[in-house]
Amino acid sequence: MREKTHIPSRVPPNSLGIKSLLGTEFLEKKQIEQILKYSFLFKDLLDSGKPVPQTLSGKTVILLFFEPSTRTRSSFELAAKRLGGNTLALSKEGSSTEKGETLIDTAKTVQAMNPDLLVLRHPSAGSPFHLDQTLDLPVINAGDGFHEHPTQALLDLMTIQQFKGKIEGLKVLIVGDIAHSRVARSNIYALQKMGGEVSVCGPPTLLPPKVEQMGVEVHYGLNKAVRDKDVIMTLRIQFERLNPGQSPSRGEYSKFYGISESVLKAAKSDVLIMHPGPVNRGVEISPDVADGSRSVILNQVGNGVIVRMAVLHLLTGGELPKGLV
Amino acid sequence: MSADLVIRRARIFDPSQNLDLVGDILIENGKIQALGNQITVPPGKPIPELDAQGWLVTPGWIDIHTHLREPGQTHKETIKTGTEAAAAGGFTSIACMANTKPVNDSSFITTYIQQKVAADSLINVYPIGAITKGLEGQELAEIGSMWEAGIVAISDDGKTVMNSYLMRKALDYSKRFNLPVVCHAEDAHLKGRGVMNEGFNSARFGLRGIPKASEEIIVARDILLTELTGARLHVAHVSTAGSVALIREAKRRGIRITAEVTPHHLTLTDEVVGTYDTNTKVAPPLREPQDIEAVTEALADGTIDALASDHAPHSVEDKEVEYDHAEFGMVGLETAFPLYYRIALKKGVSLNRIISAMTQKPAEIIGIPKGTLKLGADADITIFDPEMKYRIDKKEFRSKSKNTPFDGWDVQGKVRYTIVAGKVIYSEAPGGHR
Repeated sequence: MREKTHIPSRVPPNSLGIKSLLGTEFLEKKQIEQILKYSFLFKDLLDSGKPVPQTLSGKTVILLFFEPSTRTRSSFELAAKRLGGNTLALSKEGSSTEKGETLIDTAKTVQAMNPDLLVLRHPSAGSPFHLDQTLDLPVINAGDGFHEHPTQALLDLMTIQQFKGKIEGLKVLIVGDIAHSRVARSNIYALQKMGGEVSVCGPPTLLPPKVEQMGVEVHYGLNKAVRDKDVIMTLRIQFERLNPGQSPSRGEYSKFYGISESVLKAAKSDVLIMHPGPVNRGVEISPDVADGSRSVILNQVGNGVIVRMAVLHLLTGGELPKGLV
Repeated sequence: MSADLVIRRARIFDPSQNLDLVGDILIENGKIQALGNQITVPPGKPIPELDAQGWLVTPGWIDIHTHLREPGQTHKETIKTGTEAAAAGGFTSIACMANTKPVNDSSFITTYIQQKVAADSLINVYPIGAITKGLEGQELAEIGSMWEAGIVAISDDGKTVMNSYLMRKALDYSKRFNLPVVCHAEDAHLKGRGVMNEGFNSARFGLRGIPKASEEIIVARDILLTELTGARLHVAHVSTAGSVALIREAKRRGIRITAEVTPHHLTLTDEVVGTYDTNTKVAPPLREPQDIEAVTEALADGTIDALASDHAPHSVEDKEVEYDHAEFGMVGLETAFPLYYRIALKKGVSLNRIISAMTQKPAEIIGIPKGTLKLGADADITIFDPEMKYRIDKKEFRSKSKNTPFDGWDVQGKVRYTIVAGKVIYSEAPGGHR
């Protein structure tokens, strides 16, 4: 049994009813709906050129990144700044972790600086749980090992909602290295809670054990898997993290699991092509598909900032002016 | 260290003699002198009396799987603190594994440990020697010299001897000294960088898994090598239903094999890893409900002979880190008994089996003249209150390390007296001695 976190007194109550965003596994449908509602609200403001309420004004968000990341970190940074907040980015190279300080010590030091929220990216699963239990402030998991990356799933949901008008009843295929993918896990939980049907496809060496128990349909072959799907989400494959027993070569991986125009012939004509980035062009996805009309990869990036604005806003207990909500 | 004592009105429970009666025990010169009803003390000799009414008196408990960390890692545990923890947990004899720093792979280290034990310990400590030099799995340690110095078994515990040829030779060589070879069964390649049981939960928690097959492959291999050599194998910390089936079948075929199970593999599943509490990280990992059922049944029917804590102290610095980076292992000496007793209370395993697996059986496995209250035996005795309920509090541990997932558990069955050679070395009674 995994206990949900309580809300300590120092953390202001928020309308989401959770202290930290650790994973989509711990979110309820109505919480996801609320985050999406605020996301589209912010999107409307931005699209229409109206000013965004500065609900993070005077607040500080610390971005603690123990893994190299350009897009997630800059996305959070931009999200906080658009809401008028301050950010401080601490990367592994710049912190004292390499001098032997433990993660908890680093986090306690950071807390002593009195920030309002902490965003953590860490290579070990569960690290945000340790911080959430130790620290008296909201923690957002920006990716922990291959466990969860909840804001990525939320931005994917937002993008699907934007282009398909709904999530419920849609068939979503996730392709690639599911075993080592936090994006896949967060998406599986979130999509299922919103009524989507999730399938996964990848080499058996790169599927998590007992993955079918997650309630997903499992495919080893791509051609059959893509049929009748509304969304195909392909994942970045990181050969540098794999061992030779997991995939023999890039070429062979691409041959069997690369999304190309010829694979898509078997798919629905209006299938949505998604990728969390950065893209290995020609490996998990061919350039013509990545840049093609069905691809919403760049929309995902834009929505990423907006979803993170919504999450930062909600977790810090911010209130929007009346009339906006 | 010998003494005289009379224990009165106790429920005397000794599986080695099929004994379960209410009566007295007379101890003279540290030996069991008499058992029976209303024993009269020889005149002219004032012998202290201990009233044990309502309590169970059993042969002193034996734990054949502990890590005392001395020499080398005395910030985690020392022979003094580890044996104090053992005494508080009701253990009068323990065996300590060879993975100290330096490794106990020579008579020199064995003798060093024994000298420290003589100076610092009130209980009996039996060193286990390494199978291979430095636990490196490359060449046999000087097993004969360590045997002369007093080791009771050989094991590379913590590591598996992955070279099957070398394991075969270790089994062959052990026959000269009639030493059991204790196998830590985890195929190093299959285990890889795994940190928890492989299964649905490892997929959920995003942690690298350790498949059950990594244990079962080595159990199967070592059974075959034991059959080939005619040696004696003891399987440490059995954790899977598959291992249980292999051991049961091997025993049926008459292979000389024994096995043990730990308190945590009897009580916890991999579900608890979901909190990312690093105190749940242990080797072999916590498994699934069907495995708990299998090891419990195997304990009940004797397929698993002994209970052993695998007491593995680690400091806060080793555990207050990311799950991936935390050390494997948990302390066990001070929580073992109430967890074993819980199996008797809740799962219906007989008290006879539980006590036998803590006394007679482990004594047989490592070949020590203990685990019995027969007349003339060393008066090593444990007395516990079967009714007392309490909450486990790690702050009360004697052990230097507090790495337990059982903190805050409500349990039943409390040690009242630990007696070695007739001398009370630990007692906890309301208002002191009765």
